[in-house]
Amino acid sequence: MYRYDEFDERFVRERVAQFRDQVARRLDGSLTEEEFKPLRLRNGVYLQLHAYMLRIAVPYGTLSGRQLRQLALIAERYDRGYGHFTTRQNIQFNWPKLRDVPAILDLLADVEMHCIQTSGNCIRNVTADHFAGVAADEVEDPRPTAELIRQWSTNHPEFCYLPRKFKVAVTGAEEDRAAIGVHDVGLRLLRHPETGALGYRVLVGGGLGRTPIVGKVVREFLPKAELLAYLEAVMRVYNAEGRRDNKYKARVKILVHELGEEEFARRVEAEFAQLDGPSINADPEEVARIAAYFAPPAYESLPARSARLEAAKATNPALAGFVTTNVFPHRVPGYAAVTVSLKLIGGAPGDATAEQMRAVADLAERYSFDELRVSHHQNLVLPHVRQDDLPAVFAALAAAGLATANVGLVTDIIACPGLDYCALATARSIPIAQSVAERFRDPVRQQEIGPLNIKISGCINACGHHHVGHIGILGLEKNGIENYQITLGGDASEKTALGERLGPGIAAEEVPEAIERLVEVYLAARGAGESFIDTTRRIGLEPFKAAFQSFARKEVQDAAA
Amino acid sequence: MPLLDRHGWRDDPFERLENGLVAAAGSVLVPWAVVAEALASRRPGQALGVEVANDLDPAALRPQLAGLDLVSIVFPSYADGRGFSLARRLRRLGFERRLRARGPLIADQLADALACGFDEIELDEASAGRQPIEQWLRAAEAFTANYQRGYATTESILERRRARRNAPDRETAGAF
Ligand code: SF4
Repeated sequence: MYRYDEFDERFVRERVAQFRDQVARRLDGSLTEEEFKPLRLRNGVYLQLHAYMLRIAVPYGTLSGRQLRQLALIAERYDRGYGHFTTRQNIQFNWPKLRDVPAILDLLADVEMHCIQTSGNCIRNVTADHFAGVAADEVEDPRPTAELIRQWSTNHPEFCYLPRKFKVAVTGAEEDRAAIGVHDVGLRLLRHPETGALGYRVLVGGGLGRTPIVGKVVREFLPKAELLAYLEAVMRVYNAEGRRDNKYKARVKILVHELGEEEFARRVEAEFAQLDGPSINADPEEVARIAAYFAPPAYESLPARSARLEAAKATNPALAGFVTTNVFPHRVPGYAAVTVSLKLIGGAPGDATAEQMRAVADLAERYSFDELRVSHHQNLVLPHVRQDDLPAVFAALAAAGLATANVGLVTDIIACPGLDYCALATARSIPIAQSVAERFRDPVRQQEIGPLNIKISGCINACGHHHVGHIGILGLEKNGIENYQITLGGDASEKTALGERLGPGIAAEEVPEAIERLVEVYLAARGAGESFIDTTRRIGLEPFKAAFQSFARKEVQDAAA
Repeated sequence: MPLLDRHGWRDDPFERLENGLVAAAGSVLVPWAVVAEALASRRPGQALGVEVANDLDPAALRPQLAGLDLVSIVFPSYADGRGFSLARRLRRLGFERRLRARGPLIADQLADALACGFDEIELDEASAGRQPIEQWLRAAEAFTANYQRGYATTESILERRRARRNAPDRETAGAF
C-alpha cells in the first residue's frame, strides 16, 4: 500500500488547516455562502436532506486495517455508528455536524486519509479495479497509476474550477472491473502489440447521469511515461471548451459528443504536441518510488488447492456456498480474494456498522497482509487470503453477520442513498433494494439464477449506475408518487452497454414482482450455463418487454378496477 | 478597482478606456475589440494593455502580444476556471509582461492564479471589501508545495523528492 512521505503528510495537514481557515472566513462573512459552497464541496461536505454528509476519499478503494478502524471510530464518535460505502469506492457519513468536520479531518490525516476532491467541479477520487494485484488477467497493477493521478490531480492550480465534475478510472486487466467505459477518462494498461512496451488505452467521455454515453477511445496507445502530460492536454481542452452555459451539458462527454470524437482527439493531440513532456511527467524514479509501495506482499509458496479447505467444504455446505459466490481466484497459488458482502438481506446496500468495520479490519490484519479494498459494487474485499484460512475467515465473518453469500447474485444490489438521505432524489432506492432482496432471499434460488446485477438510482443523476445494471431501476416522481423505470441489458464490464427501457414506470410495491417476471423469462430461455446477461444478448429485449408490459398493464387495470 | 499581487494591494497604473483612441497620457487598458486601433494610435513608450474574455482563442491574440504590456483576462465568476488555462497558453506563447485576472476571485485562488502565470488580481469593490489583504497573503502560503510540475511558483513536491533522491545525506524536508 502507498504510504505518505513527509511531503504528502505536510500537504494533507496543510489542507486541513486551509479548510479550517475557509470555514472561519465563511463564519466571519469574508466569504458568501455562494462562495463557500464550492469550497466545502471540494472537501466532501454536502448539505443533504436532514444533515450534512461527509464523503471521505478511499483512493482506488485501498485501505489498511488501521484506516478502517479509524473510520469505525469516526462512525461512533461523530455519526450514528455506521458508514456507507459508495459506488466510487469512497465512504460517506450521513450525520456529522459541520462543526465536527475539522476534527474528523484531523483523525483522517492521522491515518493518511482525507476528503480532498470527493465532490465539486474538479478531478474526483480516482477509482481502480478492486482486484488489482490479485487478478490473473492483469498486465500491471493499476494502483501505482491511480496514485500518481491522485497526487497530480490534488489541488491542481488549473483544473479545480472545471465546467463539471471529472472522474477517472484505471484498470490493468482484460476484464474491466473498474467500469472505465462510463468515466470521464478511463485508462486501460496494456502492452503495445509490437514493441511490448507498457502504455494506456485512453477513453474519454463516458458517463451515466441523464445522458448516458460510453467513452470513446481517443488514444489507442499512450506510452506509460507520458501519462501526466497527456492528461494535462485532455484537461486543458475540456477546461477551455467544455460547456458552462448548462450544467446538464457540462460534462466532457457532451464536448466529445458535440465535437465528434475525432475532432476532440485532434484538439487534445494538438495541445499535447505543444507540451514539454519531460517538464510535466513524473520522472521514472518517482514512478518507481510509487510502484514500490504496491510490490506484492510476501506470499508463501503453497499448493494450488488447499486440502484443508476442501475437507472443510465437504462438511460445511454454507462454507462451500460462500466459496462459490464470494471467493475470487488469486494469481498466486494457494491464495484467494474474499468479497465481504455489504448486502445483507434487509440492510441498506453498502452500509457497515463500526463493529463490522472492526471485524473486517481484524481479518485484514490477521489474514490478508493488512490490506482490504472497497469495490464499486459497495462491498469490501480481503484481497490476499490463504485458501487454508478460508474456513476461519468464513467463521469470523459469520460471527460478525457478514457472511452473506450473494456476491454477483440477484441480491447483491447496488443502490444509491436515494430519498432517505439525498437532497436531489426523486424517489427512494434503499427500500426498493430491500424489497427485491427480500423477494429473492432464498440462497438456493439465488445460486440457481446465477450472476445478475441489479442497480438502483433514486434520480436521473444515476449514482446507482442503473444504466449499466443487467436490470436497472430508476426512481422518478410522477404526480407526487414514486415511479420506477426498469431497464434491461446494461453491462458495466468491458462489453459496456446501456440498458433499454422495458415499458412504463411502475409503483414501488410492484418492483419485486416485475423483477420476478424478468427472471422467469430468463430461466425459461437460458441455455446450459448461460448467464442472465448472455441470454438477454442472445434473445434480445422483446421477450422481456412482452412479459414486463403484460405485467405492467395488468397492474394498471387492477388499480383502476 | 482594487488591485493586488503576491505582496499586497498595489496601485493600478493603467487607466481603463472604452474606445481605442488613446487620448490619455499614461498607461491605458482597452477592450479587446479595439486593440488594433489602440495599437495604431498609442504614443511611443506608452504602455498599453488589453482586456479579453476568457474564451478568446489564444491564437487570435498572438500577433498582438509583442506590443502589449498587460493582458487582463476576465473571470465572470470565481468558479469559471477558463482564465487559468488561457493564462497558461499565453505564457506558453511567450508573453512575458503583466498578466492580470479580473473578476470576483476569492483569496484561495491567489496561489492558483500565480501558479498559472498571473501576476495580479483586480477585484470588484464588494469582493475586496469582504476579503482583507491578510487573507489573500495567508491563503497564498497555505501549501508549502504542490504536486504539479511546471506550474508552481515554488518547487513542486516531485522536484523536491527528486532533489532529495539526488542528495540522500540531506535528511529532512527542513533542508528545503
Ligand atoms: S442518483 Fe440521485 S438520488 Fe441517488 S444519490 Fe445520486 S443524486 Fe441522490
